[in-house]
Amino acid sequence: MAQIIIKNLRKDFGDFTAVKASSFTIEDGEFFMLLGPSGCGKTTTLRMIAGLELPTSGEIFIDGEEVSQKRASQRDIAFVFQMFALYPHMNVRQNISYPLKSQGMPRAQIKAKVAEVAKILGIEDILSKPVGGLSGGDRQRVALGRAIVREPKAFMMDEPLGALDAEFREHMSEELRALHDRMGATTVYVTHDQLEAMQMGDKIVVMNHGSVEQFGVPQQIYDWPASLFVADFIGSPPMNFLHFNGAVGEGDSKVSLSGQVFDIPQQLQAASGDLVFGVRPEHVSLNDASAYKGKVLAIEYLGTTQVITIESANGVLKARVASADMVEVGQQVGLVFNPRTISLFDKSTGAALLSDANKGVLDHG
Amino acid sequence: MSGFSVTEPSQRQKWIAGLLVITYAMVTLMPLLWIIATGFKSPEDAISYPPKVLFEPSLEGYVNLFSSRTRITTGMQESLQPAETWYEQVARDSGTIIVGPSRYGQRFLNSVVIGFGSTFLAIVFGTMAAYAFSRFKVPIKDDLLFFILSTRMMPPIAVAIPIFLMFRQLGLNDTQLGMILLYTAVNLSLSVWLLKGFIDEIPFEYEEAALIDGYTRFQAFYKVVLPQAATGIASTAIFCLIFAWNEYAFAVLLTSGNAQTAPPFIPTIIGVGGQDWPAVAAGATIFLIPVMIFTILLRKHLLRGITFGAVRK
Ligand SMILES: Nc1ncnc2c1ncn2[C@@H]1O[C@H](COP(=O)(O)OP(=O)(O)OP(=O)(O)O)[C@@H](O)[C@H]1O
Ligand SMILES: [Mg+2]
Repeated sequence: MAQIIIKNLRKDFGDFTAVKASSFTIEDGEFFMLLGPSGCGKTTTLRMIAGLELPTSGEIFIDGEEVSQKRASQRDIAFVFQMFALYPHMNVRQNISYPLKSQGMPRAQIKAKVAEVAKILGIEDILSKPVGGLSGGDRQRVALGRAIVREPKAFMMDEPLGALDAEFREHMSEELRALHDRMGATTVYVTHDQLEAMQMGDKIVVMNHGSVEQFGVPQQIYDWPASLFVADFIGSPPMNFLHFNGAVGEGDSKVSLSGQVFDIPQQLQAASGDLVFGVRPEHVSLNDASAYKGKVLAIEYLGTTQVITIESANGVLKARVASADMVEVGQQVGLVFNPRTISLFDKSTGAALLSDANKGVLDHG
Repeated sequence: MSGFSVTEPSQRQKWIAGLLVITYAMVTLMPLLWIIATGFKSPEDAISYPPKVLFEPSLEGYVNLFSSRTRITTGMQESLQPAETWYEQVARDSGTIIVGPSRYGQRFLNSVVIGFGSTFLAIVFGTMAAYAFSRFKVPIKDDLLFFILSTRMMPPIAVAIPIFLMFRQLGLNDTQLGMILLYTAVNLSLSVWLLKGFIDEIPFEYEEAALIDGYTRFQAFYKVVLPQAATGIASTAIFCLIFAWNEYAFAVLLTSGNAQTAPPFIPTIIGVGGQDWPAVAAGATIFLIPVMIFTILLRKHLLRGITFGAVRK
């Protein structure tokens, strides 16, 4: 088991830079999520860690050893492919034992190991079946079996649930997480599904256009996004952005929006010009006493809560409120924002402005 | 059964389809049956008119094929010891005695060595070249592939003379090695193109999985890629063998004695006194057998190979 440190990792494909100067640390035993939209360089990053792709520059440390230019076979890492890549000409048992054969392990020992792994994964009864006819879930388990049988230093998984249907994904993700908790092996998991990342990950790195936008534990990333991109990518519905032109000074704990003054966490960074006031939908509440008004555009009923779309002077926003709140489309409502949850962003750079509240999260990143 | 199914053909459609297939098979198989039957006819039956469908089988054609004989008079025949073997007896019955083996056996052996040898080489080199073209960044890849294909565009006649001159310089004229090299070169274009198609179909992830599992690139190639390309290799091998086995033009021009293959030899089988059609037919029949066996052995692969891509699981 191992700690993985990525330093200034970069990958160019010809003129195109797929991964730009990425740095982050994966602690020993962590379930680590690489999250980002399609084409942002997640797979490329994972493949560089595994040794399937050589970085253009930068360093990768696995267990303290710099491995960026080493062969995949020398890194002692297992990789679970999106389409599983089970060897089609072998049966389940042969697939799982294949990595052990390359190490020249004696037959009897291989047999014992395969049996042990099959037991953990609950696939003892399909060991002698060809992989061709297996269901998606069983293929997934065989692919996992082939990965864990070697007891590698770390697991790389590239959207391992992507090939499964929605219903089964949920089940498999629980199974995967349980397996991880049981074995405690460092796991790097690629996904573009922010919900999956939030649910399963100990830590998340959010990537966009080849760069790391933010890295940290799910709750912190959700509460204190480092950039407009992260704020928008994570959460459904995502964070609301109220655009305004104004200024905040260092030490300010109020900001003025369309003539209304709102309490915000104390700012540690001054900024002026085009700014963005960010608030999560669940921190917006309706109160007719408020002078900041908006018009209800739509109502989405979700059982215990409802999501209300409101047009305000600073743009459209969504509020997640209790279903009991009575509102109607077209109604004028007063809006209140929970002051301790507000993030301000500089619109031109997209970066969050440092405040008393988010400094703990953003400082280390 | 009532109603109809969208996917299942009706009983009548099945009958019509069956009838069509049988008719087609009869038309295409007729020459083959004719050849096989003629091989077992006596020379007189072979040329009788109208043709005999039912005839008394005779092994004369086969005996004639494998032996050289000389005609003897009835008087001489009576003075001889009784024939020791069945084939001597067959020869005597037609008024000849066997004076030695014919050259057919040796020509046939040449065909086997040259046909299978060149197929083997075309497959070995073809697989490796196709793998490289499929997996690696090869500079001017498309041009190279086109060039390889273009080597097959010229008719053999057009290149036979330069090849003849080259072979003479190199001492390869009328040698098995020369013919093996020539057929390998011609077949390589086919095998590289076909096999590249098959290898392209094999997802790269399998090899990457093997690399991660601790295998070298070459091990990944022959333990993971080769078994999966088996279908393609088998069908390519059949095409290569069929070409090399049936090739006539180069064989006529570049071989005469030593390395002559069966195709140019068979038409030269002429009996003592008159065309010996049964012997020619026997030669053709035996000539068909190896390709037939090879194809039957690999037919499971062949069928899957030809429909590859269309029915990928
Ligand atoms: N071998 C390659 N050659 C050229 N460009 C590549 C290569 N591999 C990836 N890219 C490009 O690099 C970018 C990042 O690709 P990558 O596969 O890492 O994205 P991803 O985040 O995994 O996306 P997805 O969610 O779609 O899998 C993409 O724009 C892709 O087109
Ligand atoms: Mg990807």
